[in-house]
Amino acid sequence: MSNKDAYWNKTKNHMIVTLVLWAFFSLVIFMFGSELNTMSFLGYPLAYYMTAQGSLLAFVIILFWTANKQEKIDEEHGFSEREDD
Amino acid sequence: MFKGDFIKNLPKIYGTYTGGFIVFIILMAIAEQAGVSAKNIGVMFVAFTVLIYALIGYLSRTIQVDAYYVAGRQVPTVFNGMATAADWMSGASFVALAGGVYFGGYTYMAFLVGWTGGYVLVATLMAPYLRKFGCYTVPDFIGTRYGGNLVRACAVFVLFIASFTYVTAQINATGTIASRALGIPFEAGVWVGLISILICSMLGGMRAVTWTQVAQYIVLIIAYLIPVFWISSNVGGGIFPHLMLGDEVARLGELEQQFGLVKNSAADMKAAGVPGGLKYISGTHSGVPEGGMAVWKYLSLAICMMVGTASLPHILMRYFTTPSVRAARKSVAWSLFFIFLLYSSAPMLATLSKLALMDPNLPTGIIGKSISEVQSIEWVQRWSEVKQVFIADFNGDGILQLNEWFMRGDVVVLATPEVAGLPFVISGLVFAGGMAAAMSTADGLVLAISNALSHDIYYKIIDPKADTAKRLLVARVLLVIIGAAGAYIASFRLTSILGSVAWAFDFAMSGLFFPLVLGVWWKRATRAGAIAGIIAGIASGTLYLLWVFPKFSVPIFGGVNTPFLGIDHLRFGLIGAPICLVVMVVVSLMTKEPSPAVQKMVDDTRIPTGKAILGKQH
Repeated sequence: MSNKDAYWNKTKNHMIVTLVLWAFFSLVIFMFGSELNTMSFLGYPLAYYMTAQGSLLAFVIILFWTANKQEKIDEEHGFSEREDD
Repeated sequence: MFKGDFIKNLPKIYGTYTGGFIVFIILMAIAEQAGVSAKNIGVMFVAFTVLIYALIGYLSRTIQVDAYYVAGRQVPTVFNGMATAADWMSGASFVALAGGVYFGGYTYMAFLVGWTGGYVLVATLMAPYLRKFGCYTVPDFIGTRYGGNLVRACAVFVLFIASFTYVTAQINATGTIASRALGIPFEAGVWVGLISILICSMLGGMRAVTWTQVAQYIVLIIAYLIPVFWISSNVGGGIFPHLMLGDEVARLGELEQQFGLVKNSAADMKAAGVPGGLKYISGTHSGVPEGGMAVWKYLSLAICMMVGTASLPHILMRYFTTPSVRAARKSVAWSLFFIFLLYSSAPMLATLSKLALMDPNLPTGIIGKSISEVQSIEWVQRWSEVKQVFIADFNGDGILQLNEWFMRGDVVVLATPEVAGLPFVISGLVFAGGMAAAMSTADGLVLAISNALSHDIYYKIIDPKADTAKRLLVARVLLVIIGAAGAYIASFRLTSILGSVAWAFDFAMSGLFFPLVLGVWWKRATRAGAIAGIIAGIASGTLYLLWVFPKFSVPIFGGVNTPFLGIDHLRFGLIGAPICLVVMVVVSLMTKEPSPAVQKMVDDTRIPTGKAILGKQH
């Protein structure tokens, strides 16, 4: 397998992991809204907290994490851009 | 001035700008104490900020194609994040989001999840690859990847429908805010708004829009957050509302029980003469509605908004301006961080505002008090005059019940500072913030449309030999025409007919999402597949919208139709996008696989290093 193919396989797997996390915080937890709301976090009902703030924060964290992870994959395979911002 | 050293100096320049804006707020506060009228403070806030944006727009003028289309691809990560956040958060987000949460509670907040979660799709599936590709516009990618003028024109068509639906609403919002702040008629406000928008974008294209959007983000976030924190400490919500409103949310639940959540009949509301567009609280704030259909309604709305976000051209094109692929990825993360600052505050503002009005233990509470007493409150009188709030004593007991208090959603943002006893300077600041939010989104949209028409239709299809001067002239003329057309439609207040901002998301996802994703992730996708997919997606989505939306279905199909599986007019992308996917895959597999040259192009798109597919000048 060429370096390019190996790189793309890793990138694809990373994409899938990211989208699984995304689906968990955007869809899966809200399938159980009424159950979650019986629990509480910071004094808020949990489902309310997640839709008002928690999932939003999770997306921000996922995005920084996924960008850093992808940069590591770039480096491993020598596809890191030299010029920086 | 706008060369390399400018980019290095950005933190200093915008730092000074932010400091200057804060000094301006303080000066206005002093002016208010010195007796300057509330109206004049509003005028000064809007005039001062708009002049600054115009100045930035003028200083960013350019005669270079890549500066005009992609800001010279040198916008640093964090600044592009701010610009995208301003591009994204519209006048509607600014003034209506908190109101939506106020009335809709948990159910409405599917929009919050939808309008943020979409950025994960942007970052993983789209932004870095489109940046590597080196395109100027979204149809530029589709036209080059699939090859040919027809597919390019199809993409421009979808872009036009989606962005134009959105832009009239933005110009409408700009006009509303300009007319309220400057005290001029709405129609005049629309044209004032348009001129401000054009000054920011016409001379410098994407470069000018980028640097004004950063400035607008700073204004709008200050204007949103200061009132939220201040109101919170004024009504006893604590100094950091985001972490400290648990008790208040619980208290709202108790108050809902105490007052009872009553649904008014349409006949009662009509008899009482409730003005159109005003709402009352009939659902719970934090409660989750029971049942599978309620869950599906929540999820389906979130899906449409997320997939729509990842297909909206005015957002995707912001990531064409970063210096590298890596910067494009990071920039998406920063964008969402800056959006998060406002979106996570909207539910807090809604909670505080609701509590301020509902809690009889607070001096600001009005529910449960006698109606004559409430009607003598100054802010109630002022907002009643302009038909933004309304009281209807259905049970005739002279006491204001929860279902007897009507209010327009915008009032939550525009009037809560007043209700909570904040000085008027804050209301002036809120006007400036709303104006910044509406202008920045309108700028991005008008530019997305006119760039697609000038680059993809004029230069790529009609006159490929046009020189730079001619291309930029055409781009600017189109910008003015698109802006004027949007303002013309907005001035008739036809936006209620054009429908909801959500439609833009559904149009974009129906016609663009899968052609973009498969263009990168599936080498086998062919030109015929893309053309068939775009046409089938946008046609089926649009037909379904006509069928399901009563204002269209009554004249066209002669009756009101029950939405299929709960997919109503806000969610029609759920019909268009899957049809687009199926048609695109089937037709691609039926046609010959793309040539080795195209497959190599896709391979190169997937790798961050190496030459862009499209050159610096194309």
